Amino acid sequence: MSIDKQDIKNLAQLARIAVSEDQVNQVSEGLESVLQLVDQLQAADTSGLIADTEQPFQHLREDQVSETNQREALQAIAPNTEDGLFLVPRVLD
Amino acid sequence: MHNLTIAEIVTGLQNRSFSSVEITEHLLARAARLDKQFNSLITITENEALEAAKAADQRLAEENAPALCGVPLIHKDIFCTHGVRTSCGSKMLDNFIPPYNATVIDNFNRCGAVMLGKSNMDEFAMGSSNETSFYGPVKNPWSPDCVPGGSSGGSAAAVAARLAAGATATDTGGSIRQPAALCGVTGLKPTYGRVSRWGMIAFASSLDQGGPMARTAEDCALLLNCMASYDNKDSTSANREVPDHCAKLNDSLEGLRIGVPREYFSEGLDSGTEQAVQAALSEYQKLGAELVEISLPNTGLSVPAYYVIAPAEASANLSRFDGVKYGYRCEDPSDLQDLYCRTRAEGFGEEVQRRILIGTYCLSAGYYEAYYGKAQQVRQLIRQDFVDAFKQVDLIMGPTCPSPAFAFGAKGSDPVAMYLEDIYTISTNLAGLPGMSIPCGLVGGKPVGLQIIGNYFDEARMLNAAHRYQQVSDWHNLAPEGIE
Repeated sequence: MSIDKQDIKNLAQLARIAVSEDQVNQVSEGLESVLQLVDQLQAADTSGLIADTEQPFQHLREDQVSETNQREALQAIAPNTEDGLFLVPRVLD
Repeated sequence: MHNLTIAEIVTGLQNRSFSSVEITEHLLARAARLDKQFNSLITITENEALEAAKAADQRLAEENAPALCGVPLIHKDIFCTHGVRTSCGSKMLDNFIPPYNATVIDNFNRCGAVMLGKSNMDEFAMGSSNETSFYGPVKNPWSPDCVPGGSSGGSAAAVAARLAAGATATDTGGSIRQPAALCGVTGLKPTYGRVSRWGMIAFASSLDQGGPMARTAEDCALLLNCMASYDNKDSTSANREVPDHCAKLNDSLEGLRIGVPREYFSEGLDSGTEQAVQAALSEYQKLGAELVEISLPNTGLSVPAYYVIAPAEASANLSRFDGVKYGYRCEDPSDLQDLYCRTRAEGFGEEVQRRILIGTYCLSAGYYEAYYGKAQQVRQLIRQDFVDAFKQVDLIMGPTCPSPAFAFGAKGSDPVAMYLEDIYTISTNLAGLPGMSIPCGLVGGKPVGLQIIGNYFDEARMLNAAHRYQQVSDWHNLAPEGIE
């Protein structure tokens, strides 16, 4: 499976990681190498398998408030806050 | 004092041969003097350690002090420690001061242990050599131009250098067992679900497990007794009683059936390592065990399956690092996209970015079934190989790594060369089984490890086998030079 420049740009956008023009080739080589490794999976015979019914059991709890409000403590380490809100660059124009 | 095992420290403290403050001061001084050679610690918590040691000494003077009261330990910098930086080896969390403790840390506090500091690790636990840490590589105390293994390289090196008698670590594809083998220490990855993952920074949620590292199996049993617990804050935590892992340590091995997988002894295994492992297996026969040749036919698919599943889960887990609520944020972001994209490009190292991109690819529309779906099916095949094997045998043994510690940079620029280091350990994580590594020899002056794999929740039997071997061998007592 080969990866071209546009694929890298699409992946970078999906993963929200900036990949610069001069990094694209190196990133592409690294990814291709790993994809060659994982392509070995295609040769595996998985036809006889039934659906995995051993799903981990999802524990549920009562729908009751069990946590205390710790906003100040939790926000103390945030990069940028105001009045209990997290500040980010403008989203809408 | 630094040559004492945890069991000996516990006895020494109870008998008042020395105090917790004395041994803590001794180890802090050792770290300050020696760790510049190894770079095994990211943060040394001197004040917290001395305060905890004083409190422990008071409790020791009263009745019923808890099991590890006053014992100094090191924690891998992946466990959230309230008020103490937890970096996960990354620039992304260089400024992260957790507002809570991981359950594992709370468990150790309840047991009365003293935290000396946080150990170095591959960034976000992604690596097999501790070369990817933002804080620089860790050096193997046995051979300073060689890697200690990873991702728990800091914990392994610190225990090998006797900076502490024990440390915590985590294992997703071999990250406890492989560095334990390369540094000549004992390390154990519990059954998936045995140790709570609450507060343990997530890499691959269906594979991650925290576990102990120390110089002996007995010490690992003492640490595991403390680390293991049912935790309702971790929905994958096993609601199952924690046995006393020390109770069966001295049981006889007469009649124990040990499976030796033929796939773990084929090409790629260094001959010196093979000899050391075969010698260990002969010792087991002398102890009364029976060796049974078995096959784990899907072993060859384990590395490819892992390198789909782990990056896929990592890409989801690491999406929380966006510069908004905690951790690194890029300067002067122009808009929200720029905030995300540049924070993550600047905050994450190359290997982490590569794995996120691979994971994103395998989970993307059009590829999900072919990659992630297929890998999960292959995972079932791998699990079934073990289930079948455990019908004939009680434990499985083989080499932990294909060869002893390699030089820095030896794996070159091809990531796959590094990935193949984990070839014997990875299936254990995919199957969710417990595994451990114990020292079984030296090859060219560098340690090699014997891997022991147990059935689900059978840690006590693995520890028993390891302990009996350590009673008739000396590999685990050897120390590297230059650490006096």
